[in-house]
Order: sequence, then structure tokens, then C-alpha cells
Amino acid sequence: MTSNKPIVVENPWERLRAFTDARIGLGRAGVSLPTGKLLEFQLAHAQAQDAVHCPLDVEALAQQLQEAFALEHEPLRLHSQVEDRAMYLQRPDFGRKLNDESRERLEAVASQSRVDLAVVVVDGLSALAVQQNSQPFLKALYQQFEQDSAEWQLAPLTIIEQGRVAIGDEIGALLNADAVLVMIGERPGLSSPDSLGLYMTWAPEPGLKDDRRNCISNVRPAGLQMDEAARRLFLLLKEARQKKLSGVKLKDRSEDNVLEGDSAAPGSTQNFLVAD
Amino acid sequence: MAQSFQTTLGSRHYRFKSLAELMAKATPARSGDRLAGVIAESAEERVVAQMVLADLPLTTFLNEALVPYEQDEITRLIIDDHDAEAFAPIQNLTVGDFRNWLLSDQATSEALSDVRSGITPEMAAAVSKLMRNQDLILVGKKCRVVTAFRNTIGLPGRLSTRLQPNHPTDDVTGIAASILDGLLYGSGDAVIGINPATDNVAQSVKLMRLMDDVIQKYQIPTQSCVLTHVTNTLEAIEQGAPVDLVFQSIGGTEATNRSFGFDLSILAEAEAAAQSLNRGTVGRNVMYFETGQGSALSADAHHGLDQQTCEARAYAVARKFNPLLVNTVVGFIGPEYLFDGKEITRAGLEDHFCGKLLGVPMGCDVCYTNHAEADQNDMDNLLTLLGVAGCNFVMGIPGSDDIMLNYQTTSFHDALYARRVLGLKVAPEFERWLTEMQIFQDVKTHRLNDQLPAAFANSLRHLPKEPRHDV
Repeated sequence: MTSNKPIVVENPWERLRAFTDARIGLGRAGVSLPTGKLLEFQLAHAQAQDAVHCPLDVEALAQQLQEAFALEHEPLRLHSQVEDRAMYLQRPDFGRKLNDESRERLEAVASQSRVDLAVVVVDGLSALAVQQNSQPFLKALYQQFEQDSAEWQLAPLTIIEQGRVAIGDEIGALLNADAVLVMIGERPGLSSPDSLGLYMTWAPEPGLKDDRRNCISNVRPAGLQMDEAARRLFLLLKEARQKKLSGVKLKDRSEDNVLEGDSAAPGSTQNFLVAD
Repeated sequence: MAQSFQTTLGSRHYRFKSLAELMAKATPARSGDRLAGVIAESAEERVVAQMVLADLPLTTFLNEALVPYEQDEITRLIIDDHDAEAFAPIQNLTVGDFRNWLLSDQATSEALSDVRSGITPEMAAAVSKLMRNQDLILVGKKCRVVTAFRNTIGLPGRLSTRLQPNHPTDDVTGIAASILDGLLYGSGDAVIGINPATDNVAQSVKLMRLMDDVIQKYQIPTQSCVLTHVTNTLEAIEQGAPVDLVFQSIGGTEATNRSFGFDLSILAEAEAAAQSLNRGTVGRNVMYFETGQGSALSADAHHGLDQQTCEARAYAVARKFNPLLVNTVVGFIGPEYLFDGKEITRAGLEDHFCGKLLGVPMGCDVCYTNHAEADQNDMDNLLTLLGVAGCNFVMGIPGSDDIMLNYQTTSFHDALYARRVLGLKVAPEFERWLTEMQIFQDVKTHRLNDQLPAAFANSLRHLPKEPRHDV
């Protein structure tokens, strides 16, 4: 038994979606989500969960990076003290430390003299982000180094499985690096399962807190672009090298900036809801 | 004088070195206590700890501080503000007796309200550890905490919502779009509250003005809040910004709150400053606090306590400053503190119970992150249970997806579902407004208007044609 009235009530303000990615104007069946919108959400959540649980294909990534940058040696493949994903999710402390074998391997290859930077690729919470974005980001970053007048000595590239951001502190210290850059898969958002996060720390050593790091987030094709992320990271790195520090003390300059919405004039709160 | 606690079960002797250890080991299992190394070593040890805890007199918690009085201003607050007269009717009970009393017919809503200021957070936490989920729901429902600003929150048979129109770049049209969507689904009576993308004074003032304009133009009986640091809001008040509610994340130890950048004196200053603006029409509750199990451990400020006891202590901070709303953001912190849907559900019910028992106007951000073992079904369950328990408010966000904070919480649709199946209504002042604005056809049967209400149809005519990008 159906009447002529539609079962699903559409929302005439759906066109407001041009101004936000928020899931507005979904319509309703009674007061509930219509089937199509329900399944769209389920798909996004499924992709995000898959991104968390899918393991990094470390062999493929190592090979890809070696070929792309014509490296003499394959990147070093290392592992945290975490044994599996369930442990990773519940014991961040184990994800911050290298296992014994990895530490010994690093000690064997570390250069005796200081290097400027150690780049550390870590699976984190999204192997997809790392698999997909590492090479294009590194390409953009290496271009920045090449164009710079100063010389940059890099430590051997490393790839870490089941790691957290702070594992870079131990690696940077073992590799005698003045700074460490951790490229890590971020916690997947519902519409961003592939976000790479960049964390730069000056004078890395085990036990540092987050206030010593600078972070650039949301690096992915549909988010912050590779070239722009590399440009910002390189600026931070140069400033860190000049001032010999990183973290909150380095960054505070943007403190009182107002983010300007794309759709309003600077400083204005004018919008359609309150227009006369 | 610290004592140890022991018992023998069959041939096994159990000994708990301190009250803190006993409390931690009596706590239903969760990942954060495992991470902190305070969890019971076996299922049997957990129940033995609960048995030992059940035999402790409630007065134990007045004589033995879990965080030293000299080191922690929250312990001092708890002890110094304890109301011995209110405590008198329950002072001879053990923790186990206390559970029986709470469930008994003697513990009416009035009786519970009378003993409130005699109950400490540690007593609430202790008894909750002995309670099953249904106990937490039953007693939670009997505890009433009603607050008011431009409307009245927490009345029996009501479930309010915070409209949360977050946007990753604070785009004003994007935020306005989510506000419109929420209002047209009947959301926003608890507060319209934005988490700003950038946490500074200028940005916050801009968002305060944006929401104030909307509330004034449509004469909405609700309040706004920008969830920025308390010191930013104090500065905004000095600048003459339209501040309704002052926000702050709070924890249950002084060291946690110092890591958040405030102490109790700053909260007192903020409450006084917001009240001096006299912006409320039906009440003077001007604070909005957020809490969540795991924050103390995350700040390395838990003093060896389990995370649920730390959380209950945060409610002592909250009740001191007469908040309009207190929100436990239960699943936001991640699986290293609450691993899956089961742990999140238990924590949500515990927090609601402990908060209400202590006299705090509890709401809950029924939520999860994508790395937790949880999904929409877990949220449906917890939302329904909290609706039954008489939770004051939940979140409302377009399609459950917070595109700024990257987590999932309850949607506008979800709140309407809960109201329909449980027969719950919005705050009375807001209910009248929804009818006047023709947003609902019939607010009693939760029937929305199929047509776009006239006032909002008019506003949509002012839409810019195309969004401007990268100005």
C-alpha cells in the first residue's frame, strides 16, 4: 500500500553541498536515512577501516623508491616492537620503539659523521597513504633540496612497519641526523583514507614530546598537494637548521591569523542565513 | 595511613597494595588500563577486587585520598567541599550497600538529589565498578540534573542535541549550511557549538558573531559556543564578543588540567565573566565542559589511577562551576583507551551514571574513530541505552560525519530516531520554536514538515551562485 506521496522526502537545500563536504541535505525516509545515503556512508567507513587494517607492502614500496630515485641500496626495512595490528592499536608505546634486530641493523650502517636529515617512512594508521603518496612526495622534496644553494646530507632512507611518529626519534639519533622527517599514514577520515602526515623534529632523541615536532597534515591528492607540502616542509626544515630547534617554538608566527572562508569577504561573517 | 586490602578465595590469597590498585583492578576491562599497567591480571582477580571493594565503608574515600591532598587541587576541592550533612543518610554504608541503596525504592529522585553533595567522585566510581549496565541505566534515569540558559535542559522525557556545524577551514557559508541542515531537522537545543579549525581569539570571535547573528535573526531559544581554550574566550569577552557559553576540556587531576593550560581559578574567573554579560533569559548556567576517559593517562598525569576513576574526578571540577552542559566524548580518544564498541558502550554508561549521581548535567558524544573496533551499530546501541537512561543531550552532525575532526558521531537523523522510539522531546522552549517556525508538522509525533518553512526558503534565495575558491 503506497500513496502517491513520495516515500523519501528530498531536501531542497541539497545544493548547499557546493559549499561544504558535510553530509547535509540527505533527505529522509520517515526520520531515517534513505537507503542510498546509508550505503554511501557504509562504503566510506569500510574503506577507512580497510585502510587501517591493510598491511604495508613493504617490499613493493622499497623497490619502487629504489628505482624512482636510483638509490644505490634498497631503503632499509625496519620493524617496531609491535607484533600485529591488534597490538599496534592498543600499545602505542611498543610502536614507538625499534625491535632489537632493527636497532642492530641501523647501528651497523650509521655514518660516523653527522648528516642533515633522516627520512623515515612509517606505515602508521594508513598503509594506503604511505604506499600511494611516498614516492610523489619524496620526488617533490628532493627537488627542493636540489634547488637549494646549501648542501643537504641525507641518511639512508628507512621504511618502518607498525610504527608510531616517535619511532623517528630513535632512528634519527642512531643515524646521527640533525633532524628527522617522519612520513606516516594518518588516522583515516571517512572521506580521506589516504592522508599522509609529515612530522619534522630537530635533534631527535628517544623520549621527546610532541611539542618538539612540527606537523603538516592531510597530504594526499584530494588534500594538500605534494609540491605545496614539500615547499612548506622545506621552509620548516631550513628554519629549524638555522635556529637549531623545532616544535612550538618554531611555529608560532601564524598565531593570530583568521582563516578566511572561501565564500565570504575577508573578516566578514555575512552568509545566506543572515542576509537581509 | 595507607592500608593494604586482602582476601582469600579457596586456596588463593589476593592482596591489593593500595586503594588505587584495588579500584583499578575492580574496573571492567578496557585497553587504557592495560596500557597504564593497572588492569587486573585475570578475570578472577577482577571479581575478587570487586568483592573486596564492595565490603569497604564509603568513609574510606574520605580518609584516604587517591591523589595526595597536598599535590592536587582537585583532591582539595573534593575533600574541602564535601557536605557531611548530605552524606549522613549514607555514611554507614559500604560500597556494596551503596549499590543496593541506589537501586532501592528509598532512592527516589529527591533522595538522590539530597545526598548528591555528600558523594565524592571516588565513591561514585567505586560503586559503578560493581554495577551492571542495567544498574547504571536505572539509577542514571532516577538522577535529574536540570540546567538553563535560553532554554531548559535535562527535564524528564527530554533529549536535547548539540548542533555541531564544524568545517575544516571554518568557511562561513559551509558552517551556515550545516546550521540550516541541523535546524531543519530539529537539532540544536542544547547548544550550537563549533570546534574551530584554528584555535585563536580572532577566529573564535568571528565564529561567535556568526552564530549570534543566526540566533538573533531567527529568535532561536538556544545558546552558542565556540570550543576554544578558556583563556581565548576570556579575551573574547574583554573584546566585547557575544559569548553565551564558555568552553573548556577538563580532566580529573591538577596535572591533567595544567597540561590543558588552566587551573580552577581560571574557570572561576571565566564563569564570573560570562555571567556578568547577562545573556541568559531563563537561567545562568554559562559553562560547557568536555571530558573523556583516558585524558589523564594521555597527559601522563593519572597518578597510577584507572581511567574511569580519573574521569569521575573531572566531574568534581565540573560541578563546582554550575555548567549548562557536560559532554563525555566517549569514543574520540581511540582504541588504546577504549578498544571496541563494547568498551565504548560501557564507558558511556559509566560516565553518564557517575556524572548524574554527582549532580552534573551529563550529555554524551556517542562516537568512534576509524581505528576503533566499532561501527554505526555500536553507536545505535549506545544512543538507545543513553536515551533510556535519561541522558541530557547528544551530538547532532550532518550524516554522522565530522569533516573537521575526522570521527563519527550521532547525526540529526539519529536523534530523531531516538526521540521517536523512546517518546522523548526537545527542550520545551525550543519545541515551541520548532512549531512556530513550521519546521515540524507535529512536534508531539515527531513529524517533520515536508515543505521548506517560509523563513528558510527566503534565506536560500540569498545563496551565492558559486562557491569562491582559493581567494
